[in-house]
Amino acid sequence: MRASLHSAVAGLGLAIAIASGATAAEVAPADVKFTEDNTVEASLTGTPGDPAKGREVFADRRLGNCLACHANTDMKDQLFHGDVGPSLDGVASRWNEVQLRAILVDSKKVFTDATVMPGFYTLNVGINVREESVGKTIISAQDVEDVVAYLATLKE
Amino acid sequence: MNKYLKIAAAAVACATVLGVGGLMADPINETLTIDGQEMVSRTKAPEGHPFDEVYSGWLFRTEETRALQTDTFNNPAMLGVEVGEAIWNTVDGKEGKSCASCHGDAAESMKGIGASYPKWDKDANRPINIELQINKCRENNMGAEPYPFDKGGQKELTAYIKHQSLGTPVKIDLSQGELQSWWDKGKELYYTRNGQLNLACSNCHEDLMGKMIRADHLSQGQINGFPTYRLKSGGLVSVHNRFRGCIRDVRASFPKAFSDELMALEVYVTWRGTGLSVETPGVRQ
Ligand code: HEC
Ligand code: HEC
Repeated sequence: MRASLHSAVAGLGLAIAIASGATAAEVAPADVKFTEDNTVEASLTGTPGDPAKGREVFADRRLGNCLACHANTDMKDQLFHGDVGPSLDGVASRWNEVQLRAILVDSKKVFTDATVMPGFYTLNVGINVREESVGKTIISAQDVEDVVAYLATLKE
Repeated sequence: MNKYLKIAAAAVACATVLGVGGLMADPINETLTIDGQEMVSRTKAPEGHPFDEVYSGWLFRTEETRALQTDTFNNPAMLGVEVGEAIWNTVDGKEGKSCASCHGDAAESMKGIGASYPKWDKDANRPINIELQINKCRENNMGAEPYPFDKGGQKELTAYIKHQSLGTPVKIDLSQGELQSWWDKGKELYYTRNGQLNLACSNCHEDLMGKMIRADHLSQGQINGFPTYRLKSGGLVSVHNRFRGCIRDVRASFPKAFSDELMALEVYVTWRGTGLSVETPGVRQ
């Protein structure tokens, strides 16, 4: 219910962006600017995030696969939530959007190198990356914006 | 929408063999008994080990999965072990010999053997595991072709040989040849982050041991039950296949079976399970 409302609103935003011809260039992984406070202030794409799409990316095992590590009551219809990381219930009350964007882009910048959370929009990854993933990020710049928009709906 | 449905359906299908996320935490406090024989499924770790206690993967599985291992009659992997027994007694190769021609009754000649591999192989100047020892016998003593990885009965025969050590605590002798330097190399690999997901073996099986990663309860990643039976795929899984599976899951390119990398890992991971009973064939989700 909540998700579909958001999707309608975001869809509207998208339509306006396309209509006005605003196709801001995507920021490449290496060019993402982190502030001293470990935030990423600017959108990676210029296109507002779509929370409904973000919700799908969050759950999709081939994309975010966030449920592998995080419980999320908003997705209680899905079996098996991991407990590797904290529950993301109310996460938007703990972090604001520019912080969430930073966590998603490269969690190691925010949580230190010791974290097990993958960086989802960085090329600063492990050795021996499989051939089809070399030079690629786990999710796209727009996926990041969509997931950030979705996380922003998870308020206490 | 469709996608969610499929995932949900798959999850429900697995629900009978898997636990529900978040409900399990630590390994259970139970002792594995197989056909009345007590296994060492938790024990004090050897000196220099990152854990105080080492745990068998059995302690992390659901009640239903655990039950399948307590009685060899119910253990679905025993069919494979029986196939291995038949291979043991079957003549193959130019020399007209079977394993039994040289080794007789495996229940006697192979008792305890599986608990002490990998061993240093002077001829190859590298460590070998049971699979490679089988291939060595086939080539040198039977005049037969070596088995390709995971094929031709390699998993079944390996399971049969290791099953003769059921209950024997794992102990490898690192003073043989250059085994210690392979242990060193294996250790380095174990702690190196790999792939697009940027994770090391140690992240999942040491730092996160006991946590749920989606539907999987993370164990110490021990290999005392290998080859194990995988309920999901309905067949035996070799150690090197399991290693490659974990490496693939972090989106890294995985080394060839029996490569230097995987043999070094096997030496090191075997050591990490020192003192645990051989449980071959273990049963897993
Ligand atoms: C392999 C495990 C893993 C995966 C996959 C993962 N995370 Fe995390 N995440 C963690 C861990 C662990 C932490 C806690 C930070 C730390 O100490 O490392 C964390 C922390 C977070 C936080 C901060 C939460 C808080 O309350 O402080 C957010 C937000 C977050 N993750 C979002 C995500 C999203 C969104 C995804 C998927 C796109 C994701 N994570 C995927 C392991 C993971
Ligand atoms: C992203 C997490 C992750 C990483 C990294 C990982 N594994 Fe695993 N591993 C798993 C999961 C999940 C299982 C199945 C549940 C279990 O037995 O822990 C598993 C199972 C295993 C098992 C089978 C244990 C049993 O009792 O059946 C072995 C052995 C193993 N892993 C070894 C390794 C090695 C060696 C590495 C590094 C090359 C590694 N793993 C890296 C997640 C991981």
